[in-house]
Amino acid sequence: MRAAAVEAMMPFFSERFANPSGSHRFARDARRAIDEARDQVAGVLGVQPGEVVFTGCGTEADNAAVTGALAGLGGDAICSAAEHHAVLHPVQTANGIVVGVDRVGHVDLDQLEQSLSGETRIVSIMAVNNEVGTVTDLAAVSKLVRRAAPQALLHSDAVQAPCWIDLRTIAPLVDMMSLSAHKFGGPKGVGVLTIRDGVKLAPQMLGGGQERERRSGTHNVAGIVALAVALSATDDERDIENDRLRRLRDQLVDAVVRGLDGVLETVPRNRKVAGSAHICIEGIESESLLFLLDEAELCASAASACASGAMEPSHVLAAMGVDRSLAGGALRISLGHTTTAADVERAIEVVSNSVRRLRRVRVG
Amino acid sequence: MTAMKVMLAMSGGVDSSVAGVLLQQQGHDVVGVTMKLWGGDSDSGCCSVSDVDDARRVAQQLDIDHLVFNFGDDFNQHVVAPYVRDHAAGITPNPCVECNRHLKFDRLLRRADQLGFDSVATGHHARIDQRPDGSYLLRRGADAAKDQSYVVHMLGQEALARTMFPVGDIEKSEVRRLAADMGLRTASKPDSQDVCFITSTGGRETFLGDRIPFKPGRVVDLAGVQLGVVESIEMVTIGQRRGIGLPGGGPKRYVLDVDVSRGLVVVGDDADTQVRELLVESLTWGSDPVHGDVLVQCSAHGEPQRGHLTLDGSRAIIEWAEPQRRIAPGQSVVLYEVTNRYVLGGGTAVTRRVADDSAPL
Repeated sequence: MRAAAVEAMMPFFSERFANPSGSHRFARDARRAIDEARDQVAGVLGVQPGEVVFTGCGTEADNAAVTGALAGLGGDAICSAAEHHAVLHPVQTANGIVVGVDRVGHVDLDQLEQSLSGETRIVSIMAVNNEVGTVTDLAAVSKLVRRAAPQALLHSDAVQAPCWIDLRTIAPLVDMMSLSAHKFGGPKGVGVLTIRDGVKLAPQMLGGGQERERRSGTHNVAGIVALAVALSATDDERDIENDRLRRLRDQLVDAVVRGLDGVLETVPRNRKVAGSAHICIEGIESESLLFLLDEAELCASAASACASGAMEPSHVLAAMGVDRSLAGGALRISLGHTTTAADVERAIEVVSNSVRRLRRVRVG
Repeated sequence: MTAMKVMLAMSGGVDSSVAGVLLQQQGHDVVGVTMKLWGGDSDSGCCSVSDVDDARRVAQQLDIDHLVFNFGDDFNQHVVAPYVRDHAAGITPNPCVECNRHLKFDRLLRRADQLGFDSVATGHHARIDQRPDGSYLLRRGADAAKDQSYVVHMLGQEALARTMFPVGDIEKSEVRRLAADMGLRTASKPDSQDVCFITSTGGRETFLGDRIPFKPGRVVDLAGVQLGVVESIEMVTIGQRRGIGLPGGGPKRYVLDVDVSRGLVVVGDDADTQVRELLVESLTWGSDPVHGDVLVQCSAHGEPQRGHLTLDGSRAIIEWAEPQRRIAPGQSVVLYEVTNRYVLGGGTAVTRRVADDSAPL
């Protein structure tokens, strides 16, 4: 977490502890903190404050968008096969349409067009893929949806976007957008769903009517305040960090690809965000590699984990048509605001040595 | 004993939990691993999320690292698919043995090698002794009632050299006492009994029925006279007495043979179940192949029986000292030396048509 975000939270665990829905002076103080945070967030996102709804996480925001759009109205939900499960599963549960992606993980626009109809109620396409870092051409998606299904709502899971893309460029293209604070240096357990003014969603959390009846439940005041602080800091640093981390990422991937045989860069760099390094390494198993990296205190991942904690074969790589055995050697290293040049030097050494070690003792 | 780097397979049960305690007491550097094997429904065994939770919580209590390895593809390939295929062919497989053979003592052992571990440990009740010449012997566990040497009989020298069974030297009651003393959450968890990928609610029939088309079978006696029919011949096992579509009140009839290709279930009375010979194939040996007098065990907790073993190419023929009940093909047949302490090897019972053993149909 960003230090400024941690610091901003602290008063709300002690002297500013009140529930903002109360009617006394302490409640009003907490209310003010949320109002200010909402203004700050709206400014960074390029939306009106009234269009910002605070949620418990990015997954809740995604579910609220997809399920809330369908509730009571029916119609088709459409998403891409590379979506995060927080979108994919609600769409599948609603018997929606899952559109394929191309070799780099971008939604197939022809397929998308064919799926759109007068029945389409909601389309959800992520801004940046969480596994491989592919950036969606949301302008093209938006144009397509507005033309072929003007009645449909367009949502974007932008959870991976804030560090890399100015969200003000995304907001005008979509009706709804999801964010999660821990992806930009904020705390876990708080997210945002923007809902364009005039768009009606059935709320998924019923109760006290907070967030203008759109998301009931007592506000996580400390989390919301910290989210706003972290988002502002991310927005301020974005251009500089994009340049800095792109150089470091290029250095990391170049060195690993050069130093080892059989390493494939999953997505071309001009199609993805600066902080994402995703490679597939022939002849090794991600689980083994991650063990050795972890032993060397390099924290990385391969795909997403299931309830037991086991790594599941990546649905994103499968959708992209990456061979299952090659996908089994996937490695995803994320760079962010805390990543230093020394970290990257070390990562190059640890990854290269670990892969060489695993290749000395072939299994399978 | 010198301190080693040990990968402990943790199922989330009491035995592997206590194995971790004992390894730590011996000064080893332990990492716990739970294998995620089955992605479908499960209510017991090594695959359910609550079992993984138990394993992880015990590892946390012991302050050892805990990892989950996804061996789902391997499990499906080596255990589940053959289980289904065998049933479709009228064979009764032993999936726990195949899981040990292909997953714990092959896939996991190779993974451990690759990651720089000296040894893999499990919570099995069995022991590994070393001969003066340095070679290893698989021995029954100290607790005769809980001995699991049967299900790990396939271990050869290479695997035995890199395997540890920390609870094999103690009684099950002692395992539970140690777990309780340590306050381990698994202390009174019941032993797993059933095949982990088959739920108690659905059972074997639902599991197989979802995967293979059941075929009907004619139930006949040794003379070929039809006595009844069964709906799904794939569910019938040699030795079975109930559920074979025969009216009650008649003489006790046992299944002698299941011939899926001909759609025949042959039944006979108690005397007909007795045979003089058993044919075994897919043999594995602890050290070198043996022949001569042996003790033979045909189920996990069955009584070992005396027999004389003759090698016939890749097969073994066991001549029983006393006639024994027919063994269902696919069952693991484990060979012990005559003092009943050490495992010599094992294999799989082979189909013998009833016609080979008795009067022609």
